[in-house]
Amino acid sequence: MPAALQQSRAAYDVIKERFGDAVSAFDANETMPFFEVADAGKWVEIALFMRDDPRLKFNYMACLSGMDYPEQNMLGIVCNLESLGVLGHRVAVKVRCSRDGGSIPSVACVWHTANWHEREAYDMFGMVFTGHPDLRRILCPEDWTGFPLRKDYQVQETYHGIKVPY
Amino acid sequence: MGLLDARISNRNVLVTSVDNVMNWARLSSIWPMGFGLACCAIEMMATNASNYDLERFGIFPRSSPRQSDLMIVAGTVTMKMAERVVTLYEQMPEPRYVLSMGSCSNCGGPYWNHGYHVLKGVDRIIPVDVYVPGCPPRPEALIGGLMKVQELIRMEQIGLSREDALKKLAEKSIDPQPVIDRERKAATA
Repeated sequence: MPAALQQSRAAYDVIKERFGDAVSAFDANETMPFFEVADAGKWVEIALFMRDDPRLKFNYMACLSGMDYPEQNMLGIVCNLESLGVLGHRVAVKVRCSRDGGSIPSVACVWHTANWHEREAYDMFGMVFTGHPDLRRILCPEDWTGFPLRKDYQVQETYHGIKVPY
Repeated sequence: MGLLDARISNRNVLVTSVDNVMNWARLSSIWPMGFGLACCAIEMMATNASNYDLERFGIFPRSSPRQSDLMIVAGTVTMKMAERVVTLYEQMPEPRYVLSMGSCSNCGGPYWNHGYHVLKGVDRIIPVDVYVPGCPPRPEALIGGLMKVQELIRMEQIGLSREDALKKLAEKSIDPQPVIDRERKAATA
């Protein structure tokens, strides 16, 4: 097992020890090792623990992406975290919610980077981030209908009287 | 017909028509609005800069639509931008011209099918006089398009509508295919 992966594994073990069944098993792939938060309600608590625990110190959120899993009728986020310049390890965290009106707790209060990233994920996929300070669309016009990156997205026929499809 | 072709007598008296003078003045100082939307804007800026030097044609970008004669739509027009483009266009005083630069503003370009956010051709919201193809067009192509705008201005007459001027311009056009064939043949030789 490469050293970087071992570091990620060690970090995961600390989280697993603290939260038990609230987090899933560790996926030890070399590209981006990740785990899932099984109990989405604990996501903020886990995030704060990951940021502040002296053994973890995930001080940097590199990216937060949205996901669509139409087969399971779920939406989700993938959060790439890193302990930049402190412990050097990194891990990705996945959180899921229902596709129909599901919500994920916002971590904008934990990492400020998450503010706009969550707005983008909301804009493209339509999951609600509870506790977000300013959850508006960020890229699409505010009166746009639909969430463009969902797999079953159909573009609207007109926008303000302008034909949208080719 | 350029003004310099007109006969100038030894007393510096110049005889020409009002149309000619107006058209000459306007086509020699086309002021485009200084705004760019995507990568085409980079080519437009390069064309404005010293290598291609648009100022030799009197073309000089203005920062206000109220001082502009020409709108160069240089780049991808998103649905969000579309209404702003219309607003800018409406603020331009007449006579005004629109040059659509590059595939995106011509027809949606690479976003024609899956680009839900892109307006599939700026001619859906404002009338376009000249289309410049390319992705992005080279500065030579943009200059070619601007020459077309100049030709269009040259065709205009007081009391003649823009459509009629375009029709007159179309009558004067030549078939490009022989020229392309000739150039291709010369290139392989």
